[in-house]
Amino acid sequence: MHQTRPSVTLRKIREWCIERVIFLCGITSIVIVVLIFLFLLKEGLAVFRHVGLLQFLLGKSWYPISDPPQFGVLPLVIGSVLVTLGAAAISVPLGVASALYIAEIAPRRIKEILKAGIELLAAIPSVVIGFIGMVTLGPVIKSVFHLSTGLTALTGSITLAFMAMPTIVSIAEDAITAVPRQYREAAAAMGATQWQTTWRIVAYAARPGMLAAVMLGLGRVIGETMAVMMVTGNAALIPHSILQPVRTLTATIAAEMGETVQGGDHYAALFAIGIVLFVITFAINGIADLYLHRTTRG
Amino acid sequence: MDPAIIQTRRLNLYYGNFHALNDIDLDVGEREITALIGPSGCGKSTLVRVFNRMNDLIDSARVTGDVRVHGENIYAPNVDLISLRSRVGMVFQRPNPFPLSVRDNITFGLEIHRRGSRKDFDALVEDGLRSVLLWDDLKDRLQGSALSLSLEQQQRLCIARVLVMRPDIILMDEPCSALDPIATLRIEELMRELKKNYTIVIVTHNMQQAARVSDFTAFLYLGTLVEFGGTKQIFTAPAQQKTEEYITGRFG
Ligand SMILES: Nc1ncnc2c1ncn2[C@@H]1O[C@H](COP(=O)(O)OP(=O)(O)OP(=O)(O)O)[C@@H](O)[C@H]1O
Ligand SMILES: [Mg+2]
Repeated sequence: MHQTRPSVTLRKIREWCIERVIFLCGITSIVIVVLIFLFLLKEGLAVFRHVGLLQFLLGKSWYPISDPPQFGVLPLVIGSVLVTLGAAAISVPLGVASALYIAEIAPRRIKEILKAGIELLAAIPSVVIGFIGMVTLGPVIKSVFHLSTGLTALTGSITLAFMAMPTIVSIAEDAITAVPRQYREAAAAMGATQWQTTWRIVAYAARPGMLAAVMLGLGRVIGETMAVMMVTGNAALIPHSILQPVRTLTATIAAEMGETVQGGDHYAALFAIGIVLFVITFAINGIADLYLHRTTRG
Repeated sequence: MDPAIIQTRRLNLYYGNFHALNDIDLDVGEREITALIGPSGCGKSTLVRVFNRMNDLIDSARVTGDVRVHGENIYAPNVDLISLRSRVGMVFQRPNPFPLSVRDNITFGLEIHRRGSRKDFDALVEDGLRSVLLWDDLKDRLQGSALSLSLEQQQRLCIARVLVMRPDIILMDEPCSALDPIATLRIEELMRELKKNYTIVIVTHNMQQAARVSDFTAFLYLGTLVEFGGTKQIFTAPAQQKTEEYITGRFG
């Protein structure tokens, strides 16, 4: 008894320390996010000294350096949404289908090769993908659709789809592989074909994980800057089709931040764009979360 | 005994080099409950999985010999596995309903085998649940997740989803081992009820269970069928010494 006492207290102290450290780590990340948001607000809200909220959100022209400047972000929001939706329309079905193929159908050797390929694709820096998109995809789009420029929203969508795919495929594949064997066995024992089992049972059971995969992949798309700057043509105009140049929210910040005066209106407007981006991302994550909780609770 | 609905002759099964089933000759009678007993690892699961060719899913498994269901060799090259598995249903050790709603668990089998049209599904779902005595408990929760049911209800649902495919034979691999004793007795009750219309092969570790529910009992040991006969005879006057040692609990 006397022998064990000190070691028990020691253990308690250690537990206590570990708990504190973990708590600190958790709280730190939350505090940092809050601080970033506050900073954004502080810098960005200044723009509303000169423009009204509606004028900012719904204004159709973005002329930050004309006199007087016009800060309407609608063309940028539409540019971002268009490029992102296009990328989603390409990468989600392709990504999910590839994940299903790799997880359920591919023979072991092909599976290993494909998985390595996906890892490799994920490791390519976005500038490089943007550059490749600009010099190879751009001209193709230009000649196929007979356009004056190949740098369009569609070019951006395809380029970004490439960047989202590795994330979507590898996370969705994990989710599919994690579906318990017993479901597959039960379906097979009922005479389901491989396709019926995969599509109706396995893919369905893996839905929450696949949704997470899609969210993460699209998260990368929405936040992506360099590549879109290079391939979308950067015209801050409201596009009438996916074959016209657009400019996204992120590209605007990156392209213009260097020319602004700290504390000036243009500077504040770029931070306000940051707030818009933050809110959009937050809303998308929130919606996905709601959906996940609704379906997993059953 | 009536002509056998499942008949094996010189059935051997290998997992790679491992000889898991050795020259099994077995006749399973129609609308009877046949129990497979034997110590752990003797090949009981392997044997029932021969009858619906679930061992096909294991790459290393290789079968030789003759296995007939309704007189048809189910290992012949032109056998339609899908229709075989709709005729020979299976219930597993751990209840494994799909992570779908109660209703969708039942309609899955109906849809893949095109049993009835959609407008009949309500009636078929009700029939299926009634035949496993779940209807009254679940009729208001058909859209609820099957995973939220009790284990016993889950196992009954697994039986129901097999029944709606209208099989002749139901294979059960230790169907009660995840259930409490009361639930076990109730599932046994259900099996006796099902016997009126179905042939049942049940694997069990529980000798009382074999004695309680089955008409015939097969005792396997190290991949060999040591003894097969009426359950009463096996449990009161076994012909083989090994069988006697096992049922009196001297090993296993
Ligand atoms: N996929 C497999 N690959 C190789 N050997 C296997 C495989 N499945 C089972 N075996 C072996 O075959 C033998 C019979 O296994 P089986 O699962 O049929 O036994 P069982 O009688 O059902 O046992 P239990 O009562 O524990 O369920 C065992 O020795 C087991 O190790
Ligand atoms: Mg077993």
